[in-house]
Amino acid sequence: MEVLTNDNWILTVGTFLPLVGVLVMLFIPAVEETLHKQIAIVTSGATLAVGIWTLVLFDYDQSEKLQFWVDEEWISVIRSGYTIGLDGISLPLYILSMAVTFLVAIYTWDNMPDAGNPKSFLMLMMVLQVGMAGSFIAQDLILFFVFFEVVLLPMYFMIGVWGGEQRQYASLKFFLYTMFGSALMLVAFLALFFQTDAVSFGFAHLMDAGALIDRDTQIWIFAGMFVGFAVKVPMFPFHTWLPDAHTQAPTQGSVILAAILLKLGTYGFVRIAIPMLPQGAEAWAPVIGVLAVIGIIYGALGCLAQTDMKRLIAFSSVAHMGFVMLGISTLTSLGINAALFGMVAHGLITGMLFFVAGSIKHRYHTLEIKRLSGLLIQMPKMGWILGFAAMASLGLPGLAGFWGEFPAILAAWNPHPALNQDLFRTLTVIAALGTVLAAGYLLWLYQRTAFGTPSDEFSGHDSGHGGHAAHSLSAAANHDHDDHESDIHDVNTIEWIAWTPFLIAILVLGVYPQLMFEVMDPAVTQLVERVGAGIP
Amino acid sequence: MLLGAETDGVVTAGWFLQNAWLIPVIPAIAFFGILFFGKKLPRGGSELGLISMVAAFTIAAGTAWQWVDRVHAYSPEYGEAEPVIRQWTWWQSGGTEFGIGQQIDGLSVTMLLLVAFISTLVLVYSTEYVRGDRRYTHFFASITLFSAGMLTMVIAPNMVQLILGWEIMGLCSFLLIGHWWEEQANSRAALKAFFTVRVGDMGLLVGTAMLLGIFGTLDILEINQLTAEGAADDSKNLLMWTAVALFIACIGKSGQFPLHTWLPDAMAGPTPVSSLLHSSTMVVAGVFLVARIYPVFYVGLDINVAGQQFNLIAVIGGITVLIAALLAFVQDDIKKVLAYSTVSQLGYMMMSLGIGAWTAAVFHIWTHAFFKCCLFLAAGSISHTASHHSFDMKKDMGGIWRKMPVTTGAWIASTAALCGVPYFSGFFSKDEIIDSARAYDYTVFYYVGIIGAFMTTAYMTRATYLTFFGTPRGAAAHFMGVAHDTSHEVHGHAADAVGAEHADDHLPEHADAHDAHGHDAHGHDDHHVSHSRPLPFAKTDSPWQIAGPILVLGILAVSAGYINMPVHKFYWFEHQTESAIGLPIAHEEEKSADGGEGAEAAAVEGEEAHGGDEAHSEAIYSVPAPPKFKWVNAAPGLILVALGFAISLGMSMAVFGRRKNLFAPFVGLTRRNRIARGGHTVLVKKYGLDSLYENIIVRAVAYPFAKAAYWFNQNVIDAVVNGAGRSGKLTGEWIYRNVDQRVVDGAVNASGLVASESGHALQPVQSGKVNQYGALLFGAAAVGAIVLILINA
Repeated sequence: MEVLTNDNWILTVGTFLPLVGVLVMLFIPAVEETLHKQIAIVTSGATLAVGIWTLVLFDYDQSEKLQFWVDEEWISVIRSGYTIGLDGISLPLYILSMAVTFLVAIYTWDNMPDAGNPKSFLMLMMVLQVGMAGSFIAQDLILFFVFFEVVLLPMYFMIGVWGGEQRQYASLKFFLYTMFGSALMLVAFLALFFQTDAVSFGFAHLMDAGALIDRDTQIWIFAGMFVGFAVKVPMFPFHTWLPDAHTQAPTQGSVILAAILLKLGTYGFVRIAIPMLPQGAEAWAPVIGVLAVIGIIYGALGCLAQTDMKRLIAFSSVAHMGFVMLGISTLTSLGINAALFGMVAHGLITGMLFFVAGSIKHRYHTLEIKRLSGLLIQMPKMGWILGFAAMASLGLPGLAGFWGEFPAILAAWNPHPALNQDLFRTLTVIAALGTVLAAGYLLWLYQRTAFGTPSDEFSGHDSGHGGHAAHSLSAAANHDHDDHESDIHDVNTIEWIAWTPFLIAILVLGVYPQLMFEVMDPAVTQLVERVGAGIP
Repeated sequence: MLLGAETDGVVTAGWFLQNAWLIPVIPAIAFFGILFFGKKLPRGGSELGLISMVAAFTIAAGTAWQWVDRVHAYSPEYGEAEPVIRQWTWWQSGGTEFGIGQQIDGLSVTMLLLVAFISTLVLVYSTEYVRGDRRYTHFFASITLFSAGMLTMVIAPNMVQLILGWEIMGLCSFLLIGHWWEEQANSRAALKAFFTVRVGDMGLLVGTAMLLGIFGTLDILEINQLTAEGAADDSKNLLMWTAVALFIACIGKSGQFPLHTWLPDAMAGPTPVSSLLHSSTMVVAGVFLVARIYPVFYVGLDINVAGQQFNLIAVIGGITVLIAALLAFVQDDIKKVLAYSTVSQLGYMMMSLGIGAWTAAVFHIWTHAFFKCCLFLAAGSISHTASHHSFDMKKDMGGIWRKMPVTTGAWIASTAALCGVPYFSGFFSKDEIIDSARAYDYTVFYYVGIIGAFMTTAYMTRATYLTFFGTPRGAAAHFMGVAHDTSHEVHGHAADAVGAEHADDHLPEHADAHDAHGHDAHGHDDHHVSHSRPLPFAKTDSPWQIAGPILVLGILAVSAGYINMPVHKFYWFEHQTESAIGLPIAHEEEKSADGGEGAEAAAVEGEEAHGGDEAHSEAIYSVPAPPKFKWVNAAPGLILVALGFAISLGMSMAVFGRRKNLFAPFVGLTRRNRIARGGHTVLVKKYGLDSLYENIIVRAVAYPFAKAAYWFNQNVIDAVVNGAGRSGKLTGEWIYRNVDQRVVDGAVNASGLVASESGHALQPVQSGKVNQYGALLFGAAAVGAIVLILINA
């Protein structure tokens, strides 16, 4: 595998920089809340700046090669190295994680969840960022696994401490479920390591040697990885932790969860499971495809049944990640490109939807669809942003969501020659039905919440504050409780700052998708060729 | 970065042909301008929309001019004019690049000109019609984007760009139909329009995937050429299904049976939207798609194969012609009559494509756009000026022709065109469709065509009588200065006569509510003492922004057909567009009994003899030449049109005007005769399709299905998860009691201990379960790893 080693400090700096912020925050008393927020914004901003510099230094003509490559000794006892690198597949996700963390930190400026204590909250968020970025640069299985697990704890605490009413249950479920997956994954990693003569955990070696393992063993090892990654994605039927986690998590948690954490699973398939075990992938692809399509339809039906806006958005993730997995299961460059694009698009769009849901909750103290109506009258800008995100989410061409869905459908009709064509063509048709259902639940949601006139409860005519007090969860809301009208206001400055990049990215990537396809495609093509060579 | 070479062809293309891609780009940019700066501009952004559309029209006109030149330059020396294609890389995958750009040929030039022209007029009209609307700026933003979407689609050189334009229109139709979204009925109509079309779009997505599978490309020109050369003959069955899938999308978009139900509801939007939507954009998109990749449908569905009597496109088109025309008879809302009329005319276009008459179908798109847009704008003009924002023909119209000369004149000209009266534009296109059905031996569709023409005339006569003639009623009586007390009598009587009318009472009322509601911002007493000046020769008619476009369209309703008059062997339009069919025209004329083809045929033979165009010289499929016009063949249709007019006029006078004439005995038939009443009820209920979709299918998916899936999620899948967690805990407790306390060593505990230690850190916050689970899981992992290694060793 050819690698480029120039500027190889940049990934390490970009990944671990947030830890500097954590260190500083450690020595500042928790009462200095504003200071903590400032440090978090500065740290994540600096991280993003490094990320942007990475974008500048990245050699786009060789995006199929791993760049900024470092291969140092780390734990030589188990032959694991500190091996990192970045190519066209991981670059978009790596940058996305930095951008999302930065914007979420900004959003936290005046949207701190109820439980307070920004010090711990933001420290956890910074640690989370290290784990996420690290997962995308790791080129060694153990290193990857460590980063992958580092992500788990901060998110567990974010949900468990700053979450909603059922946070205990949701956080525990999230932690255990993912842990369960990780355990099987680790088994598979170890098995792969031993099957390839226990020489190295480096991706490069495992890709070369993994393809030589006999077919049955590949299938077994793939099964372990499958469960680990499928839980994280999450794929049907391993998805039930997701709606609970999302619904209970604070807005920041939901956004990061949707935007980045879920992608660790799909990224794992693309980067690890499929290229290292081509025959295992070929054998499992139909299963993945079928489960993905079940997820698409099932997630959509789940959405239709929801009465809570945030839970609806959470279920829509199941459906969208179904499209991503469908793309991956085709084992074609078209499908995997679609999947990678879909990951970023879903991160931006669903992240945006969770932001809006959070802000609505902040103002109305409820997300029950029945009680929300006429958002466009009370908060026109918020209403339009919701509409924009909903349209993007249902895959409208010209917005980012389309480029994850449509090529996946194209690819599913024409899967890798080794796969069962009839099966995948059936799946294509069912998946297309999913786009109809997506339009159904999103527009229905929009019609019920944004159109119409505001209900009496929130229209400001009633004098009864009692109802609100009962639902009041937000500390900020308590402040302006005396003034009912100021409770429901349109998008504020901080929200604009945090959201505008999302909105622009959704539009720009939608209008000119080549921006990303150009970066990913060479790497994906090379990967697919490698997989193809591994399938007899 | 340019994708491939620009196809310039043998003859160098002029500036307009090279840069026609600007046509959709300009309004698209204007959309963002209006959205972000519209409210700050003196005219609320409408000026941006208008400027952009005029610019687009100017370029479109230049393009059309240069295209005509190009056709002239090619013919007869180089054969059919080659399209001007330019593409830039839009996205890529696996090294294959997919482009965005332009494909300029006869079809796209026709559509560009048509869309830009009609959009311009509609925008002018809107500046007055939606004046003072609470979302004036949004309205102009959406309508500009709407036109941009259609222009993007018609210029598309590949399927992906076509889908882009197609879906943008879907979005804009959602925004515009739901323009007054405060009313639930409007937002429902918007949702219904988007959703119904989206159901059809499934076919578009899958069909496109199929095209990629068969041809390995999504470029329209390549697909057409490959199909014409017979490259898909090995996968004929797949090609057939591709055609079916794509046609499903067209059914949804073009309001064909059985997905036509969204179109009449779409009347909830402002009238300029209806006119744009129903004339040149949105609904003709489906017809356009079939015309654009015609070879796929032609070959896939075996159109014109000897002995074929029916095919999917023709059958769906034919059914649509008739069922929609029938529905138009029972509408009280003038816009709904026109909506069903559109559905019916779209049926004609589809039917025409289904029987192999490509040129007639495209020409019908062209003529229909002018007269249907005119009819809608006239309806809006009446509601704006004469009927207090009502669209109810029975309650609030009648007798207004005296005060609205322009509106009335244009309406009547357009109606004549719609009915196919000779030498009005619709005659040339519609008669060619009917005549082709006869000549190509699609006998059934020939009868569908002439019966449809009869029905069209009949329902339009009824609507015209109710709207413009008879006694003024309701708001119209007020407008005409007639005393009010005569007004409701007629309506009462009419209700008697037609019987079960009240069954769809809620529909026109909704429509009233919408428009009245939308306009309440500027009050509605002063509207005929309007803000703007009327045309100098029609003082009592609507203001010039409204009457002007109507006048222009009225003139075009008469004259737009003169560019292709089979009756005079004048085939100019066909000559300009024939290269866009994708298949050569077989001028040998074996099927039709008509002999020689005269001068026109000679010219075309010259083209074929040359054979300079490689793609077409290899084509093994071809479409038949248009039949030679003979008055004898047109006569049955024309007689039926005349009959339709006479019967409907007599009937209308008897029923609505209470005249004692030949038809008086039929008055009140629906009340007296059970069969007639039953038939009427079926029509009023729109064949029950709406309730099938909304109350049965959608409701089933949205409620029981979704609920069941969610129940399954919570009570089966999640129960397994929770059960696993609980039993894990119990097992853990058991192991702790029985194993841990006694057996200290072993891999399980060793690895468990590590996790347990780290888990202690969590205890202050959580209940402490975590470390137990963690221990267990890590233990299990270790055991599993060992087992797996042993198995595979």
